[in-house]
Amino acid sequence: MANISNTHESAGGNLTARALREGFYAGVISLGLFVLFVGLETTQNIRNELVLNQRWGLLAVFVIVAAVGRFLSVAYLRPWLAARKAAASATASTETEESFFKRNFSKIAIVALIFYPPLMVVLFGVQGSLKWVDNFGIQILIYVMLAWGLNIVVGLAGLLDLGYVAFYAVGAYSYALLSQYFGLSFWVLLPLAGILAAFWGMILGFPVLRLKGDYLAIVTLAFGEIIRLVLINWTEVTKGTFGVSGIPKASVFGIWSFDVSAPNNFAKVFELPMSSAYYKIFLFYLILALALLTAYVTIRLRRMPIGRAWEALREDEIACRSLGINTVTTKLTAFAIGAMFGGFAGSFFAVRQGFVSPESFVFLESAIILAIVVLGGMGSLIGIAVAAVVMVGGTELLREMTFLKSIFGPDFTPELYRMLIFGLAMVVVMVLKPRGFVGSREPTAFLKERKNVSGSFTKEGHG
Amino acid sequence: MEYFVQQLVNGLTLGSIYGLIAIGYTMVYGIIGMINFAHGDIFMLGGFAALIVFLLLTSIFAGLPVVLLLLVMIAAAMLTASLWNWTIEKVAYRPLRGSFRLAPLITAIGMSIALSNFIQVTQGPRNKPIPPLVSSVYNVFGISISLKQIIIMILTVSLLTIFWYIVNKTALGRAQRATEQDRKMAALLGIDVDRTISVTFVMGASLAAVAGTMYLMYYGVTVFTDGFVPGVKAFTAAVLGGIGSLPGAVLGGMLIGLIESLWSAYFTIDYKDVATFSILAIVLIFKPSGILGRPEVEKV
Repeated sequence: MANISNTHESAGGNLTARALREGFYAGVISLGLFVLFVGLETTQNIRNELVLNQRWGLLAVFVIVAAVGRFLSVAYLRPWLAARKAAASATASTETEESFFKRNFSKIAIVALIFYPPLMVVLFGVQGSLKWVDNFGIQILIYVMLAWGLNIVVGLAGLLDLGYVAFYAVGAYSYALLSQYFGLSFWVLLPLAGILAAFWGMILGFPVLRLKGDYLAIVTLAFGEIIRLVLINWTEVTKGTFGVSGIPKASVFGIWSFDVSAPNNFAKVFELPMSSAYYKIFLFYLILALALLTAYVTIRLRRMPIGRAWEALREDEIACRSLGINTVTTKLTAFAIGAMFGGFAGSFFAVRQGFVSPESFVFLESAIILAIVVLGGMGSLIGIAVAAVVMVGGTELLREMTFLKSIFGPDFTPELYRMLIFGLAMVVVMVLKPRGFVGSREPTAFLKERKNVSGSFTKEGHG
Repeated sequence: MEYFVQQLVNGLTLGSIYGLIAIGYTMVYGIIGMINFAHGDIFMLGGFAALIVFLLLTSIFAGLPVVLLLLVMIAAAMLTASLWNWTIEKVAYRPLRGSFRLAPLITAIGMSIALSNFIQVTQGPRNKPIPPLVSSVYNVFGISISLKQIIIMILTVSLLTIFWYIVNKTALGRAQRATEQDRKMAALLGIDVDRTISVTFVMGASLAAVAGTMYLMYYGVTVFTDGFVPGVKAFTAAVLGGIGSLPGAVLGGMLIGLIESLWSAYFTIDYKDVATFSILAIVLIFKPSGILGRPEVEKV
């Protein structure tokens, strides 16, 4: 045991022996972890009784991977990383001019997004573009918008909200129910959904303002669950778990409609072949505009007194109070504005799906949105967008990986592993890069020149 | 009256299970100030370990006495869940200990998603029913008490006694309490803080595993999503009793169990979870320190 602490020993024998031992331990531990869950499988037989299926081969693969992985990590990866770190600190880091691409990243990204649907139509044809515009484009942009909305609450004001999906649900159900019962159009209901969600944000925000950090997180989780359970159980209005279906489509400001029977149908007016792709492309631009609106409002608000107050609140609440900032209104506005964007996204979601049910607003969604905000580096809009593309787009890509079927056999369904990989990715990214993909944050207020604040100087979650 | 007492018994049984899970939350929160969100899934994992061991034993040795069967199930569940929680703490939470406050919570949420989906992938998404292990029911003054309920309550009480002894009377318990009060000072006085924290996770996991086994025995069915709702309820129990306080966790668990069964008995069963979550919100808003907790002093 004496040489365990001797980590700087780079000479072969000692290190290899240690790596072998660690690898062996890792193998034994993973055997213990997986023997019941991987080695045996519970399945139902024809008489609907549970029986066990043996999978010792798979278990062996798990154990060997763990042992070999641990061995390689201790014997080669860690000394290599240590050496690289030493080399990096030896050569003093010089300020390099950021490349053109990096400086204008956001402008390039916006232009690229505007040309994305036409490009997909050119590449894959009108019908073929449907998948790329809808499953990737719209899906990712919804999460970008939600994460940017939540960012106002978590990243700027430092209030940890685990029930953000409740406002998303309020927005979606506002549109779904008001358009069904009162026949109002999308363009009337979009702002109304935002206002209703903001209103709910205030109602829920008011009692929880006295709470701090983790407690706040749990109460918001409880509120999110309460709203979902009410949606399930209040069947007279919400139709319970069946959900509300047949939600009318949006129109281009009432000029062109996407209803097949309408005389001003988009395809008919322009004498194009009938396809649902036009509607999806319209929705793509709609959510792009909504997301950019969120970003624009966030950027502008950060320069206003209220934005400064949020950031001051995040850094130190007591100092904030002693400087005469009204913490109650500051927190409430953060909650309400964040909720409003959640409401916008919700009504967009309802219009895109044409169907809403409580199933879409489970806690997992809140966790995903929060994970995107945190992995993006909290407060950094570009970081959050990158995180959304990686996490949502990456798991979405799994659906496309049909070639894996030829490796693992025809029963292999990559979609099943989507959330498993998502959860593990959350853990891995957090452990390796606790500050998220973008590790530094631009200060809004500065003396003379703008210096990047290293992530380790800022703190969050002290609501 | 008999109906009321009947509901009381049911509530206390359920409350024992919540109490056992809540101890894991409250201890981890006490010692490192972190909400171990994955704890509910450790409970689920324990239930699944018990289920698999049950199937294994009944397929190899038919006609094993029920007592022995239950004991082996509990032991296997405790071992597996402890090993999982120990590994998770070491791999996922320890590197983040000095990090900002949200980091461990996010990691724990990620771990919770990963664990439940791991079980879904390896064991399948369907409900897993088992035949009833013990089915005798006794009638005392018109109230029916099943043997299951008696086992759960006796097991809870004896585990809590052992646990209370460990925390209050042994060197290990002293080390835990010292680490809880001041981690740096405890380390200076020669306490192996890392090891103490590991042991805390192991203890929490083994109690959760017992709860998981009991849950499986009581309801006769388990499924991979089973961790979330009991987990949140147990956390509610821990907060209600005053987070960081062990008797508080048990008291909170009992109260939550009672509220849930009485609410289902006298009001609508649909809204029983709404009732629990509302209580969580109300307690946190009006008395954040819980029933037995110490109020937090704000220091500048």
